[in-house]
Amino acid sequence: MNVRSRPLRVVVAKPGLDGHDQGAKVVVRALMDAGMEVIYTGLRQSPEAVARIALEEDVDVIALSSMAGSHLPFCRRLKPLLEVNGLGDKLWVIGGNLPAQDHAALRALGFEGIFPTGTRLDDIVAFIREKRG
Amino acid sequence: MSRDDKTEPKTVINESGIEIAPLYGADEVEASGGFGFVGRPGEYPFTRGIHPLMYRKQPWTMRQYTGFGNAEQTNERFRYLIANGQTGLNVAFDLPTQCGLDSGDPLAEGEVGRVGMAVDTLRDFEIAFEGIDLDRITVSLTINGSAAILIAMYLAMAEKRGYDIARLRGTAQNDILKEFIGRGTWIFPVEPSIRLVGDTIEYCARHAPKYSPVSVCGYHIRESGATPAQEMAYAFCIAKAYADEVLRRGLPIDEFAGRLSYNFNIFGNIFEQVAKFRAGRGLWAKIMKEQYGAQKPGSMWLRMIAGGGGGGLTFEQPEVNIVRGAYYALIAALSGAQTMALCCYDEAYTIPSEYAQRISLRTMQLMIEEMGLTDTVDPLGGSWYVETLTNRMRQAMEEIMAEVDAQGGIVRLISEGIIQAKVSAQAYRRQRDIESGKFRKVGVNCYRIEGEEERKVEMHPYHEEDAQRQVERLNGIRAQRDARRAREALERVRADARSGANLMPAILEAVQGYCSVGEIASELVGVFGRYHEPIRF
Repeated sequence: MNVRSRPLRVVVAKPGLDGHDQGAKVVVRALMDAGMEVIYTGLRQSPEAVARIALEEDVDVIALSSMAGSHLPFCRRLKPLLEVNGLGDKLWVIGGNLPAQDHAALRALGFEGIFPTGTRLDDIVAFIREKRG
Repeated sequence: MSRDDKTEPKTVINESGIEIAPLYGADEVEASGGFGFVGRPGEYPFTRGIHPLMYRKQPWTMRQYTGFGNAEQTNERFRYLIANGQTGLNVAFDLPTQCGLDSGDPLAEGEVGRVGMAVDTLRDFEIAFEGIDLDRITVSLTINGSAAILIAMYLAMAEKRGYDIARLRGTAQNDILKEFIGRGTWIFPVEPSIRLVGDTIEYCARHAPKYSPVSVCGYHIRESGATPAQEMAYAFCIAKAYADEVLRRGLPIDEFAGRLSYNFNIFGNIFEQVAKFRAGRGLWAKIMKEQYGAQKPGSMWLRMIAGGGGGGLTFEQPEVNIVRGAYYALIAALSGAQTMALCCYDEAYTIPSEYAQRISLRTMQLMIEEMGLTDTVDPLGGSWYVETLTNRMRQAMEEIMAEVDAQGGIVRLISEGIIQAKVSAQAYRRQRDIESGKFRKVGVNCYRIEGEEERKVEMHPYHEEDAQRQVERLNGIRAQRDARRAREALERVRADARSGANLMPAILEAVQGYCSVGEIASELVGVFGRYHEPIRF
């Protein structure tokens, strides 16, 4: 196993207009408690803003929290922006209100970690560590 | 403590931090402050109810939260609910409408009509409420950041249909301060946001005195992680901030306090909830009377919609949420709520189906028709446990409110993100306690059934072409409307935003001229700027 020279850096973003941030903030705290450096974007991030923040902050993980149902259109717009900014090799994960019928489409868009409602915090942390730790 | 240790019962502390005894008697009531705050329903301090006869005279209004797609689809669901015995409406708007964006705005992509009805112009309101008698069915608008615009639209629509605004009833949520804590549909910075709330209260007090322009929400603060005592205490602090704003304009308290209303959450411990509402009624009456010098009883009434409670429902074993909802409705009835809305069992998945909505409606109806919950006022009053807990909850709320004042007041604590950080830290601890099994949730950390949930829920479809049709409708209205009238109305909105005049007359003119939500909001953004969220953990 590689010894990392720095803690894992994660951006937790709230995509689109969805204002439900309780879950995102809970996840931020869990990742911080696990020793990761977390950049929380706050609400109302456009795909362009998520890509820009991820690039500027030099993150290892890009995490979205979506509760209001617009995850697929958002992720379809985000994917090419992340790729063109050279962030295609980062770990992309998404959590929130994500119906099972959408999981395959999210995976096909490049989201390796899909954490629907009911996912345990420790499982999110373990997944990120396993993929990028 | 091990199960076979029979010498000491385990310590029980409710979510609000109050220790619960295994048995209560008259001594415990005395030790908690006695019966001095109980009184009679309809009389100060209104702990037992704001009206002498409560449900014996009129059962609670049933007002399920509804709206999706466009105005036609929403109108159809409204009619379905009314045909099934619903007595009020509670309108859900899509996020672009809530955030002050037109349906064609690039930021609205993928969001038009998704979580509520899309509204761009007065035309959408005309369609949404077509065929609905606004005297018989009161309408509550769940709208905040863009509330001034949507209230104006509602008044304009009603006036156009021949209703007398001076007698029109209805409610707007219009509680922007809680949007900064939870829910998040803010647009403008804190100060102009409060000014807009003040403008709506002042305007309605003068021109639409039966309309409730604000419903202060403990609900979403609770959803964000607050305890039941904090939920109510923070809501009172916020209501006081709005009252102070209106008082600064010279309007006497008794001319507007009677139209302030509340929206509270229900989940968790039954007795803690009932005590919360009883305590809250007494405390709000005391605040209005002693701190604000209110004279009219109506100014002291804690009028509320209660129900919920999304935060109590679970994704796991969704049909069990039907049972939870029934208990929440029972609590609302035992607590003397004027209006109820119940979350539907499928809400963790999707926009509720007609079937799920009907079950929630039937839950409330069977309490009226079969369970005797409308027979007697405040049926739990006089219980040693409930009276003790009511006293303790009231004291807990007073302590929280004093703490807020000592820290510089609610507006400052929200502006700096301090309340947000506090409740989100609590939400995190609660989630950890659920995952460790310390805080029990049936179906989540005990009595689990693996992997059978989703097939029990019918998913609400989303049609992207509906969004396109909404944009086309807006474009059509823009092409047809009196362009000069619209332009001048928007210029007046901007001028009045700058001058500090009450914005409601200008906004009304703009909506009557078929200016859109996005056009009006961007005039206001041009003067006020946008809110920047404080990020604090």
